[in-house]
Amino acid sequence: MNTSPANVSAAYAQKIRAQYLQDFGFEKLTMIFAATTLVALLGIIISLFISAWPALKQFGIPFFYTVEWDIINSEFGGLIAIFGTVVTATIAIVIAVPLSFGIAVFLTETCPMRLRRPLGTAIELLAAVPSIIYGMFGLFVFAPIFAEYIQPAIAGTLGQLPVIGQLFTGAFNGIGILAAGLILAMMILPFIASVMRDVFEIVPPILKESAYGLGCTTWEVVTHIVLPYTKGGVVGGVMLGLGRALGETMAVTFVIGNAHKISSSLFSPGNSIASTLANEFGEAEPGLHYSSLFALGLALFLITFVVLSLAKWMLIRAENKKGFKT
Amino acid sequence: MSVPSAMTSTSSYPSQAHTLKMQAQESINMSLYASRKRTNLIGLFLSMSAMTIGLVFLLWILAILFFKGFSAFSLDLFLNKTPGPDSENGGLGNAIIGSLMIVVSCTLISTPIGVMAGIYLSEYGQKSKFSEITRFLNDIMLSAPSIVIGLFVYALVVVNVRHFSGWAGTLALTLIAIPVVVRTTENMLSLVPVSLREAAFALGAPKWKVSLTIVLKAAQSGVMTGVLLALARVSGETAPLLFTALNNPFFSFDMNAPMANLPVVIFQFAMSPYQNWVDLAWGGALLITLSVLGLNIFARTFFKEKVSV
Repeated sequence: MNTSPANVSAAYAQKIRAQYLQDFGFEKLTMIFAATTLVALLGIIISLFISAWPALKQFGIPFFYTVEWDIINSEFGGLIAIFGTVVTATIAIVIAVPLSFGIAVFLTETCPMRLRRPLGTAIELLAAVPSIIYGMFGLFVFAPIFAEYIQPAIAGTLGQLPVIGQLFTGAFNGIGILAAGLILAMMILPFIASVMRDVFEIVPPILKESAYGLGCTTWEVVTHIVLPYTKGGVVGGVMLGLGRALGETMAVTFVIGNAHKISSSLFSPGNSIASTLANEFGEAEPGLHYSSLFALGLALFLITFVVLSLAKWMLIRAENKKGFKT
Repeated sequence: MSVPSAMTSTSSYPSQAHTLKMQAQESINMSLYASRKRTNLIGLFLSMSAMTIGLVFLLWILAILFFKGFSAFSLDLFLNKTPGPDSENGGLGNAIIGSLMIVVSCTLISTPIGVMAGIYLSEYGQKSKFSEITRFLNDIMLSAPSIVIGLFVYALVVVNVRHFSGWAGTLALTLIAIPVVVRTTENMLSLVPVSLREAAFALGAPKWKVSLTIVLKAAQSGVMTGVLLALARVSGETAPLLFTALNNPFFSFDMNAPMANLPVVIFQFAMSPYQNWVDLAWGGALLITLSVLGLNIFARTFFKEKVSV
């Protein structure tokens, strides 16, 4: 072995260069993998748009606000499905938000320390139950109970009111828009609850303690201190749940009733974008029906994209608050 | 919380009028106090009821699954293939095998991609524009509607090769799993103390070696948790498999052909009018829920142990 200083330093330089190349290569390699999500997202939008193009060209923008869905005459409009998606998601949010808020308050304020972890895990497990299970549960267990007891009760009370009574009329089928909304509410409940719990935990203890020191009750601390401090994060969590509810397929497909119509009653069956896709895509012939389904898929993706982006943006802003000293 | 002060009068002589005033003030205070106390009790009671509703719902689902699904549990369920309508001795064997093959290959593909992407986000591009955008879109992909991902894979793969296949199903599930792995890997790697990295750098280790053998190694159990959670997430996914893997009534080990899988079989059987199919669907539902919840609990406890060390 030649160990003259010149050779040593040359070998050393070579080694450094090799290491530099390895490092450079590794960085670019990981970067390519990181780019897969970007590529997938762009790919989804582009490929949906290409597949949906024949329908969009044929029907134009009115596709999104016409009710026709006539497979035989090839007349397609997405309003019924979009309506079903929006209404079920809205019902779900209206029911799930107060419940999630209650759960988050319980887990962060009143729950004994020893129970916090197991109860938190239980709520997270509720989020882990596959959506098809919610669907089966909804169809076989919830719908009969809903038709037997809850629908008559609602029709007898809320259904008697002058204007909103319209919403609660019709046959007690068990399945329908309202049932789908209720099952969805139970599905998104754990998502919203865990986000709310996480943002409630970032409230600086000193703020809460000062309020308690002034004589506030727990409820006052929650509504006057915790909630204003975390409102961005709370709204973000709600939007996250909304995003989930809009795109949910299986739980809705089982209980929504799959009828292609819009009715003024929430008891009547309907259809959402996701359930239309799940039911009809398998049998669609290439052509307008097929590309109309893609157009619905594109609409769903864009709606959820906007909702989730807003959610994410609000959560990031809430997260940044963490660093503040108050 | 405007508690009116009782000390409104400054007079040092407790006159008759003053005492009366004090008493009136006192009773106002008492009623305000009582109403605040009442609001608090009602609020906390409602919050506790919300918690109870959540728990009752979880237990209700589990109880129904055990009640309806347990009777379908037998050796046949695991060994036989899916039966025809109204026939005896059917099982879900082909669907179980199909699901395992699809989910395992999905894990094998998504883990390296997700972990590498996580390494990039945490070690190389912490603050760069590219990683900010990637992080943002990754979180959106986390809750993107899974049925749309099924549509995408259909348009991309199934249309071009002209048949449904296990690989198409794997691809759809991979697209769902990657964001989960990326998210958890990045979070776990950023928990590794900087001093550990600096120690390795000081010994002359190149960055890639530090990332792979020091940082990733230190965060191993957390990354494993992420992989397990992704596995749990995809094993229950139904919507993306409807138009990709489809279904197959026979035993098949060919990933390039339509493949039976538990979620789609459950969906088709549960929606059917045949009692034996519905029973099998409940059996499959119990099986899938137990595996998913089991994976979840395992992942969480596994991680908790490691993190406290």
